[in-house]
Amino acid sequence: MTVQITAETLAKKHKSISIAEFFEKNKHLLGYENLQKSLLTCIREAVDNSLDACEDARILPNVYIEIQKIEGKADGFKIIVEDNGPGIVKANIPKVFGKLLYGSKFHRLKQSRGQQGIGISAAVLYSQLTTGKAAKVYSKIGDGKIQIYELRIDTTKNEPEIISENTLEGYEGRGTRIEISIKGKYSRGKQSVPEYLQETAIMNPFARMIFVDPENEKFDFERAVETLPPESKEIKPHPAGLQLGVLIRMLETTQSKNLTSFLSDEFSRMGRTAITEILLKSELGGKTKPKKISRDDADRLLNAMQNVKIQNPPTNCLSAVGEDAIKEGLKKELRPEFISSVTRPPSVYHGNPFLIEVGLAYGGNLEKEGAAKLFRYANKVPLLYEQSACAITKSVLQNDWKRYHLKQSNGSLPIGPLAISIHIASVWVPYTSEGKEAIASYSVIIKEVKLALQEAGRKLSSYLGKKKKAGLQEQKKSTFARYIGEVAEALSNLTSIPKEDIDVKLQALLDERIGSIGGDIEDMQDDDYKKDKETGMINEKSEPVAEETQKEIPKQKTLIDNYIPDDDGENNE
Amino acid sequence: MTVKTMNESEEIIEKLKTIGKDTLKEINDGKSPSLNIIQRSLNNVYFDKETGLIMLGDKQQKRTYFNINQAKKFMQTLLVTKQIKWILEQNQPALSTRQLYYTLKHSIPGTRENTFDDQQTESDPIIEDVEVMVDALREQLKLIATPNGVIAGALTVKESTGETLDYSKMGSAGGAIPPIVEKGAFEFKSCTADFVLVVEKYAVWNLLNQQKYWKNANCILMTGKGQPARSERRLLHRLSHDLKLPVYIFTDLDPWGYYIYSVYKQGSINLAFFSEKAGCPNAKYIGFSTKDVTDYEIPKSAHIKLNDLDLKRIKEISGYDWFKKPEWQKELSNLKKLGVKVEQDALVAKSIEFTAKEYLPNKLEEKDFLN
Repeated sequence: MTVQITAETLAKKHKSISIAEFFEKNKHLLGYENLQKSLLTCIREAVDNSLDACEDARILPNVYIEIQKIEGKADGFKIIVEDNGPGIVKANIPKVFGKLLYGSKFHRLKQSRGQQGIGISAAVLYSQLTTGKAAKVYSKIGDGKIQIYELRIDTTKNEPEIISENTLEGYEGRGTRIEISIKGKYSRGKQSVPEYLQETAIMNPFARMIFVDPENEKFDFERAVETLPPESKEIKPHPAGLQLGVLIRMLETTQSKNLTSFLSDEFSRMGRTAITEILLKSELGGKTKPKKISRDDADRLLNAMQNVKIQNPPTNCLSAVGEDAIKEGLKKELRPEFISSVTRPPSVYHGNPFLIEVGLAYGGNLEKEGAAKLFRYANKVPLLYEQSACAITKSVLQNDWKRYHLKQSNGSLPIGPLAISIHIASVWVPYTSEGKEAIASYSVIIKEVKLALQEAGRKLSSYLGKKKKAGLQEQKKSTFARYIGEVAEALSNLTSIPKEDIDVKLQALLDERIGSIGGDIEDMQDDDYKKDKETGMINEKSEPVAEETQKEIPKQKTLIDNYIPDDDGENNE
Repeated sequence: MTVKTMNESEEIIEKLKTIGKDTLKEINDGKSPSLNIIQRSLNNVYFDKETGLIMLGDKQQKRTYFNINQAKKFMQTLLVTKQIKWILEQNQPALSTRQLYYTLKHSIPGTRENTFDDQQTESDPIIEDVEVMVDALREQLKLIATPNGVIAGALTVKESTGETLDYSKMGSAGGAIPPIVEKGAFEFKSCTADFVLVVEKYAVWNLLNQQKYWKNANCILMTGKGQPARSERRLLHRLSHDLKLPVYIFTDLDPWGYYIYSVYKQGSINLAFFSEKAGCPNAKYIGFSTKDVTDYEIPKSAHIKLNDLDLKRIKEISGYDWFKKPEWQKELSNLKKLGVKVEQDALVAKSIEFTAKEYLPNKLEEKDFLN
């Protein structure tokens, strides 16, 4: 006999779940599926935040990253990320780090690294779940004070739980520092922290980053350009990509008194003609109060908005890294012999402006064997996972690299000492999933990537073609030169003219005929390459750079020591 | 009388010097130094019907120093040229081409490269280039090819060493054909033989010699041991040309045998420049022919099936102008139809005496030759 269960009984089991509880059970969705990736994700969230904060505040970023082994725990690590950004005001600190989905970025359409305000607090939550330790946050906003918090997240309420708070006086400057202890796995190879940092350094050449790994080895990612990319601007939504739910929410929350002003104030590119047409099509009066518009009306309104010809959204909101800066980034991190970079004009997918940038680095210190390296970036953040699912990868594989004097078997990456860096900048990057690892395959995005690759590829092709030709000439000349002695001796034997005379004449003849090649090659070489060769960037080991690093690291260290009391023992309870 | 008078050597030395002077003049004129090489490939070879010889045309090719594909060869050609001049001037003993190669092979100062690589095949064609450039025989340049040939018969010769050789008294091994058989070095004293019989294989030559075939038939019995070297050809030419002896060639029944016959008779593509001095246009092909297979009822056990290489060679040979005579075209197509080849050695399957006692006398008696 079966016992019947009533709806009332079942209803008792229904209850709301907090986002924090949801995360606890679904942390793989946010990049915490294994120990190695979890460590990387925590670093990534913190570094992305630091870079975003600095860029927003128009400060050239200095970011210090340190990973320490926790004694006695095989997979325990303490992560420290510190920046010279604007800092966070005291009142906001607990929520920024201790509440999921709290942030400055979700409600706006603006190009930035983070989008959802979930990143850093998720890292705090991960720390709490794996080691039970509180996160420690330091912040200076330039008022001579330093705020120090120890925080946890109350997972049932999704609210910060403050363990301790402290304010110390007498600290100059600005910046934020976070320390969390997590369970993780440190590696150096693919999809590791060093790889993430190096790729970040390439596309963020205006940032200086110092990394100290668990073995206490220091890596200095120098700043290569002294100017920040242009400021990205917040824009209003464009009807093309609008969804009904969002429109309804906007109607409910708008300050506008009537539909006409709602349309013109809350959306981009909404001119008088367009508004008139939309009102006509949707059969709604311009004076209707937004809050009074029903669901059906909203549906009709959306339909009308998307069927009226409206200019594309403004694209000056985007912040490109820029062709020169990309070159500098590639140059300093990879030491190639040739670089070509392209920044495409902005384009629009689904009402969202985006632009594509490509940097191709060839030769020099790049590995000669095997497939090319592909670096994918979304809003300057390297994408290390799900390469094959990404629109960027698809575009690269579809490109015909053989045209550029490179080897490629069908449907694979080209072969050779090549690094392909591709950056998509957008106010809203269309990721395939919450993990934010792959770009969705919008045809206009694929098309733009291909155009950028072709443009950069043509420059590379011309360089490689010339290099090949110059190489052959060089080879030719050395072949001729090699036999001069033998030829001169034989001719001397046959004619009784001294060997030296014939030798000199042959040498002169060779110089006259092919001597100009040297100059030709110089003319053909890329300017940067030539400059680098002269300054020893290409061939010599970078001794001077290393020296400089040695000098500057202590400077960075003092900055930290300056405002952080050495009380690690106490805080690590 | 001596062939290698000082005059002849001096003449060649002058020609070699001229090559050097002409090249040097180009250098002085600021031109890319070059050598004029007469092409020795099939496209500069033609069959002269009048003389019945394969002749070299006059198509020339410039070998230029400032050409990446020719630079090394240019250098090598000059090295060979100056070395021959040295051998002639210093009256050095004749060297083999391999010995010459070793006198020239050394590493180029300041490189890891040698003047010649490890294959002698690189220097041999260059020596031939120089032969053609100065229009002299290798033998006159004091370079020898290693001969394999053996003869026996009623022939006496006075050698440059002063020795007199009687080729009827050479015993079972026969007499070796020396590398240089030029007049003076190899002077015919007396010859009572009626004709020359050349057999392709030494084993067959040896059997015929043991059976005293040359004595019974009153001929000079010769073998070049397969594809003849230069001195066998040159000797045969002199026997045919100077002593007016008829020449008969006896080879395997296969395209390779036919071709050996043609090399003796009309010359070869590679050494087309040598044909006039080495060809025997009057030579006749005694066998083994396709007709002989049925005429003499050669047992099936002596047949070998033609393989792909044989068939390809038949096709190639059919295309050569000196095989265009109807009787040869017919012979070639008959061989293809027959589908089998027969080795000279296999004739012992009939009987050990078959070749000496039955086959050769019959063929000669009936004048059953291909020409």
